[in-house]
Amino acid sequence: MSATLTGTDAGSAPDPGSGADSAGRSRTSGRVRRGWTEHGLVFTAPFLLVYALFLVWPLLYGVRISFSDYNLAGINSKFIGLDNYTEAFKDPLVWQSLWHTVEFTLMSTPPLVVLGLAMALIAHQLRFVRWLWRLSYFAPFVLPSAVVAVIWTWIFEPGFGLIDGTFKSTIGWLTDSQYAMASVVLTTVWWTVGFNFLLYLAALQGIPAQLYEAAELDGAGPWKRLWKITIPMLKRTTGLVVVLQLIASLKIFDQIYMMTGGGPDNSTRPVLEYMYDVGFTGYRTGYASAVSYILFVLIVVVSLVQLRLGRNREEG
Amino acid sequence: MAATDYRATDRAGGLARRIGAALKGADEDEGGRRARWTPGRVALLVVALALAVLWVVPLLWALATSAKPEAETATTPLHWLGSVVTFAAYRKVWEAGDIGQWMLNSLFVSVMVTLLTLALTATAAYGFARTEFKGKKVLYGLVMAGVMVPPQVLLIPLFEEMVSMHLVDTYWGVILPQLVAPAMVFIMVKFFQGLPRELEEAAFVDGAGRWRVFWTIIMPLSRPVLSAVGIFTFIGSWNNFLWPFLVLNDPKSMTLPVGLVTVQSSYGVMYAQVMAAAIIAGLPLLVIFVLFQRQIVRGVAHTGLAGQ
Repeated sequence: MSATLTGTDAGSAPDPGSGADSAGRSRTSGRVRRGWTEHGLVFTAPFLLVYALFLVWPLLYGVRISFSDYNLAGINSKFIGLDNYTEAFKDPLVWQSLWHTVEFTLMSTPPLVVLGLAMALIAHQLRFVRWLWRLSYFAPFVLPSAVVAVIWTWIFEPGFGLIDGTFKSTIGWLTDSQYAMASVVLTTVWWTVGFNFLLYLAALQGIPAQLYEAAELDGAGPWKRLWKITIPMLKRTTGLVVVLQLIASLKIFDQIYMMTGGGPDNSTRPVLEYMYDVGFTGYRTGYASAVSYILFVLIVVVSLVQLRLGRNREEG
Repeated sequence: MAATDYRATDRAGGLARRIGAALKGADEDEGGRRARWTPGRVALLVVALALAVLWVVPLLWALATSAKPEAETATTPLHWLGSVVTFAAYRKVWEAGDIGQWMLNSLFVSVMVTLLTLALTATAAYGFARTEFKGKKVLYGLVMAGVMVPPQVLLIPLFEEMVSMHLVDTYWGVILPQLVAPAMVFIMVKFFQGLPRELEEAAFVDGAGRWRVFWTIIMPLSRPVLSAVGIFTFIGSWNNFLWPFLVLNDPKSMTLPVGLVTVQSSYGVMYAQVMAAAIIAGLPLLVIFVLFQRQIVRGVAHTGLAGQ
C-alpha cells in the first residue's frame, strides 16, 4: 500500500516548525529549552533505521542491479553499464506495456473523476441519509483487490455471468481483446470511485453557504450556481483527484494480473506486469530492474506535478 | 508534582475532546436548513438510489452465488436464487483447509504491521516536529522524498534483500518492508505541529522528561490521527497483494488475498466456493468499515489517506 497525501496542507514544503521553535525558545526558561533539544535522534532513529534498510538501500541496490545482467539465480552477474536501459528503450514489449498502462489511465480517469463528482454532488444536495451513500459508494474501496477481481471475473463470465446472463449475450468480456481493457476499467471504477466521492464530498462541505445565498438573491438558478460557484470552487480538489488517479493508474497491476493475466495476447499487460514477467518468471532481473526504474521516473514526474499543484494551492 | 501531572492530563483530555468534536462537526452538517421535497430533489433521490443499487449488486451477486448449490451456479436463464439456500459452499471451503490458517496469517501480519508502523511513525514524527538535533532538516527532507517512491519499484531489490536475510516464506519477510510509511510520518508531523506547545512547556517546567511528555500528553491528544493512520495501515496491509504474493510460496504461510488467488485457479469452475471464499476474505474489511466509518471518512477527507 502506498499512502498519498492530499488535504489542505498536502504538498507544503517539508519544514518542521523551525520558525515556531525559535519563538518558543526565546520565551522560555533553560529547563524548557533543554526539554526541546533532548533525545531528538532517539525518537527518530528506529524509523530511520527501518527506512534505510527497506527503502534507501533497496532503491540504491536496485540501480546497481539495473546496470548488470543479474538474474535471480545469482550466477554470472557482471556490470554492463546502460545496456539494459538502451535495450528497454528499443524493446517493443516495453512500449506496448507502457501504452497499456497509459490506455488504462486514459480510459479510467475521466469516469472516476466525473462519476465521483456526480455522486458527491447528489449526496451533498440531498442532505439525506448520507450514511447510506457513503456505505454503498465507498464500501467496495476497502475490499482487497483479490476479492474484487474474483467477484468481477465471475460477473464477466461468458454466457453464465451476471452481465451475459442478464442481457442474454455471450461476450468474452475478459477474453476478447476488444473488451478486456474496458472490463478491467469498469471493475476499477466500481472499486475505487468511492475514494474520489469522499474527497469531493468533503470539499463540497467546505464551500461557504453565503456564496449560494448571495447567488440565489441575484436570481441564479441551480445550474448556474453549479457551473459558476461549485465547479470553480472545486478546482483544486479536481486537480488533486486527477493527479492521484494518474499516480495510481501508472502502478496498475493487481486487477489486470488476476482478471486477464495481461491477456488476451498481452493486449492488457501493463508495464508493472511486464517487469514481473521478465524479472520473476523470466529471471532477467537486471533488465526488469531497468524497466522498473523507467516507470519510477515517470511516477516521480507526476508526483512533482502534484507537489507543484500543492504549492500553487497554498499561494493562491 | 503528582497534582500538576493530573492537571496536565486533564487539560490534555479536554483538548482532545474539543479537537474530536471539531473534527466530528466537519463531516456532519446535516440538519440546519431542511430542504423541501421538490420534483428536482425527488429526481436526485432516484438517481442516488439507482447508483447505490448498481454499486451493491456485484456484492449481492457474489453473496447469492455463494448460497447456491454448486450445480445451479452456471445456468441459463440466470436465476438469482437457487432451489435452496445452502451454506454448503462455505463448509466446503472451510473444510478444504487453508482458509482459516490464511485468515490467522493475515490477522497476524496486519496487526503487527499496524502496531509497529504506529510506534515507528509516531516517535519519528514527534522527533521531527518537536525536538532539535543536528541534521534534522536533511533527514526529514530525505524521509519526505520517500513519499514519491512507489513500493512496486523496490520489488526486485527488496526480494533480493529478503533472500540474503533468509526471510523468504516468513512473516517477517512480509511485515518488515511494509513498515516504511513516510506519508504517515508526514501526516503525524503536521498533526503534532498543530498541538499547542504550552502543555509540553508546563510539563518540562515541572521536571517531566521527554518520554513522559510523549506518553502522557502527546499520545492521548493524538488519538484522532493515530486511529486514522492505524485503520488505513491495517486495511492497506490486509489488502496488500503483490509483495506477500512474491515472498510467500508455502500455502501454509500465505495471507488471505494471496491464498484466494491461488485457490481461484485450483477450484476452476466451482463458482459457489470461489464466491464463498471471496466473501470470507472481504467480510472482515466490510465489518471494519461499518465499525470505523467515521474515522475512515475523516481520514480520507482531512488527510487524503489513500490505499491504492
